[in-house]
Amino acid sequence: MSSPSRLRVAIIQFPGSNCDDDALHVLTKVMGTAASFVWHKDTSLPDATDVVIVPGGFSYGDYLRSGAIAAQSNIMDSVRNFAGAGKPVLGICNGFQVLCESGLLPGALARNSTLKFECKDVFVRVEGMPTPFSSAIPAGRVLRIPIAHADGRYFHENLAALESAGQVVFRYCDHAGGVTAEANPNGSIGGIAGVCNAKGNVVGLMPHPERASESILGNVDGRQLFESLLMSFEGKAGGKQ
Amino acid sequence: MSAGNARQEPVVTREVGRAHGLTDGEFDRMLEILGRTPSFTELGLFMSAWSEHCSYKSSRIHLKGLPTTGPQVVQGPGENAGIIDIGDGQVAVFKMESHNHPSFVEPYQGAATGVGGIMRDVFTMGARPVASLNALRFGPPAHPRTAYLVSGVVAGIGGYGNSMGVPTVGGDVAFDECYAGNILVNAFTLGIAKREGIFYGTASGIGNPLLYFGSKTGRDGIHGASLLASAEFDETSEEKRPTVQVGDPFAEKLLLEACLELMAVPGLLVGIQDMGAAGLTSSSIEMAARAGNGVEMDLDKVPLREAGMSAYEIMLSESQERMLAVVTKGREEEAMKILEKWDIDAAYVGVVTTTGRVVLKQGGKVVADVPADPLAEGLRYDRPSARPGYLDAINAVDPLSLPQPTNDKLGQVLLDLLASPNIASKEWVFRQYDHMVRVGTVTRPGEADASVIRVLRPDGTAKGIGLSVDCNSRYCFLDPYEGSRLTVAECARNLAVSGVRPQAITDCLNYGNPEKPEIMWQFIEGIRGMSEACKAFNTPIVSGNVSFYNETDGKGIYPTPMIAMVGLIDDPTKTVTHAWKGEGDVIVVLGKASTDLGGSEYLKVVHGKVAGRPPRLDIDAEHRLHQLCIALADARLVRSAHDLSEGGIGVALAECCISASPAIGCEVELKDGLAPVASLFGEAPSRALLSVTAENLEKVRAQAAAANVPFEVIGRTGGRKLVVKGLVDLELAPISAAHKTGFRKVVE
Repeated sequence: MSSPSRLRVAIIQFPGSNCDDDALHVLTKVMGTAASFVWHKDTSLPDATDVVIVPGGFSYGDYLRSGAIAAQSNIMDSVRNFAGAGKPVLGICNGFQVLCESGLLPGALARNSTLKFECKDVFVRVEGMPTPFSSAIPAGRVLRIPIAHADGRYFHENLAALESAGQVVFRYCDHAGGVTAEANPNGSIGGIAGVCNAKGNVVGLMPHPERASESILGNVDGRQLFESLLMSFEGKAGGKQ
Repeated sequence: MSAGNARQEPVVTREVGRAHGLTDGEFDRMLEILGRTPSFTELGLFMSAWSEHCSYKSSRIHLKGLPTTGPQVVQGPGENAGIIDIGDGQVAVFKMESHNHPSFVEPYQGAATGVGGIMRDVFTMGARPVASLNALRFGPPAHPRTAYLVSGVVAGIGGYGNSMGVPTVGGDVAFDECYAGNILVNAFTLGIAKREGIFYGTASGIGNPLLYFGSKTGRDGIHGASLLASAEFDETSEEKRPTVQVGDPFAEKLLLEACLELMAVPGLLVGIQDMGAAGLTSSSIEMAARAGNGVEMDLDKVPLREAGMSAYEIMLSESQERMLAVVTKGREEEAMKILEKWDIDAAYVGVVTTTGRVVLKQGGKVVADVPADPLAEGLRYDRPSARPGYLDAINAVDPLSLPQPTNDKLGQVLLDLLASPNIASKEWVFRQYDHMVRVGTVTRPGEADASVIRVLRPDGTAKGIGLSVDCNSRYCFLDPYEGSRLTVAECARNLAVSGVRPQAITDCLNYGNPEKPEIMWQFIEGIRGMSEACKAFNTPIVSGNVSFYNETDGKGIYPTPMIAMVGLIDDPTKTVTHAWKGEGDVIVVLGKASTDLGGSEYLKVVHGKVAGRPPRLDIDAEHRLHQLCIALADARLVRSAHDLSEGGIGVALAECCISASPAIGCEVELKDGLAPVASLFGEAPSRALLSVTAENLEKVRAQAAAANVPFEVIGRTGGRKLVVKGLVDLELAPISAAHKTGFRKVVE
């Protein structure tokens, strides 16, 4: 692996992805990594890819279940192998939906309980799971991050099992960290905003950390996820893991 | 020509012409141009190209008087969109367009395809769309269709814009009885391009191939421009539903990316135009005419959604998400490869010719052969105009002669105004629009008078573009000239108080039936006022659209010349928002108060009247205020700024209090000597409400004096109440509740 600042990040582009440019901007211009796009028709990830990000948008128009068609695309086989090797994968919004549809993450995302598209700031509580995207953020910290989705209502048939396996990474909460019905913008079970796989290397969340990573946009809370990612690689470089 | 046609087209007669919206005079003109009786397909071309919607035949001679030039203007009206220079080798490409009738007939698809259409206008010129606005007008909240229309239109705008990944960063929503039978849906999009990367809709280069790409052509939207957009509504309007197109934002997203990729290859595309109103007809005719060339197309090669479509149907279809491009000869495969990458249907359907004619073939036979110029040129009418008789009586109403609420009731009046859906928070709307995608949204919708987005310079540093869209149609109804001056002034003021320098405008001129002299008078007066204000503020009109026939059962809407203004702010971190920023700041009013209750929100909410005279705009005073506000923002001397408009200073103070998070109160005293209702709710223009730190107060006072702008300290921020000495004493919670729920009550 190269130096942390030149982390090689592959951002997957599906037809209909629309937060791909945003992810690239933040990963390169704000975080200083060597991020680049990978086209959905490609059959392999670039050599020595360190991290995969599946960005937000409306892949294939999301006319079927959100993310369902993207999950069947060429590149996802490589992403599955990459994840299987324990390397970090992050799905944001539509990317989270794609990872659920791909079987890389547990559960599913249904239409918001409001039945409407919801674009606004929400608070999420970091649950202290040791994923590459959250390990450097203290458990219980409340982040303000925007959401923008119509299909963000997380569902899992066995919430207790998910929780006890330590797979709940972020929960919607109020400004003080209380997980309440009022603070839940879409009816997600358990107020779940983001989850990880059993190994903890694949993470998906509905909120958009890349939209809260620059002070000019009035909010840098989301940057903590990417900083955590960089630190997880520093840790490896320092031989801590 | 022997318009041989295997499909047994109807024979064209004067009656058939009339049934297709051509007057006898227009029919004769067509015969004169062709020198023979047209085929049915040719009739379709004429009636579409000459429709009010496509040809601007009633408005053109009046639009000529508008200011359209300036050092900042790269492209004025007449192209797909207008273009201004924004420095650093970059240009802003923008336009606003109406989709009123389709949205009334089928709100979701009508609004969605309105958004799709305006985005195509922008990216067909080589720009990546980065921000959208919309301006919506609906009937009264209590009208049985209003909630349905609002919900459908907002969902349609969101459904299309969100999927495209273009943030909807602001807009304007208002309600009035006059829109009950004819809502307005005006959509604006702005894109950014490189100065040397602009594309035009021109068919240049004899022998160059014509490339059709995008969605297949179907039978949807036939007659959209000619019948739906260019005629009044009546009880049969519902039957026009099949003329509304159906949008596919995913197809358009692919089209956007493919277009920008095609355009990035040097020399590959010669010209490009989207197929909007009147589809393949207007795109082929306009591209040929702009280049002074002809085009020949084989309609058998056009990708079709269903078999058996006639030439007439193919040419008039308004299927969405389609483009027509002229490719450099010899590079056909190169262009095709890019479209294959994006899985987009494409076909070479014709060629650029020297003839100056649009020649169409189907089944090996010529089905139309018409000259491009006279079709593109269209018609010009100088329609009669007359001042409406009702104006004298309605202007004579003196608002202060009506019973005024006693001082103890003024707090409740303020709450009623804040809960009026015209003034109340539009959060219900904006939450359904992705307003943050593209990570450039500096101000959230409703946070400042202008919507400011970040644009990255080529060197990676940030600059800002500010946007505002507005129209006070009550003012325009009471005095169309003054109303449109006030509308331009308010747009410019919205930008200026936020720290943004106004640059140029695009407009959507929504009026009733131009064949009525009173409507034509409103239109001409509106243009006159707009022209004057745009000259004074140095904001030329670079693009726009005229929407006539906004009538139902003979009753027209209020004249509604919607204006969207675009400005620049070098450092977007200097943007000034509404909210009080802390306790103990000094509250200042710039500009002079007067008893301006004519056409006011107060008069409507309290007395149910739209009457009196709108405020008189002192254009120099207004301009001085703008310059001052911009300078103060640039020097970071103000903590908050809000213009005074609907609902007057009462509403503005309340908004500044509750925009803060958590809310911050204030205590002020108004010493303007006016009647209490005029003092609190009067809508005198050329005013702004600022908060300033005590430390900066004298600097602000000195700058205001130097700028010759009236300056008055009225109080201080702080506390948990809004207090206007002797008039209003309210807790912040009910203020917040009124403002927050007023709009939701309309739709939920």
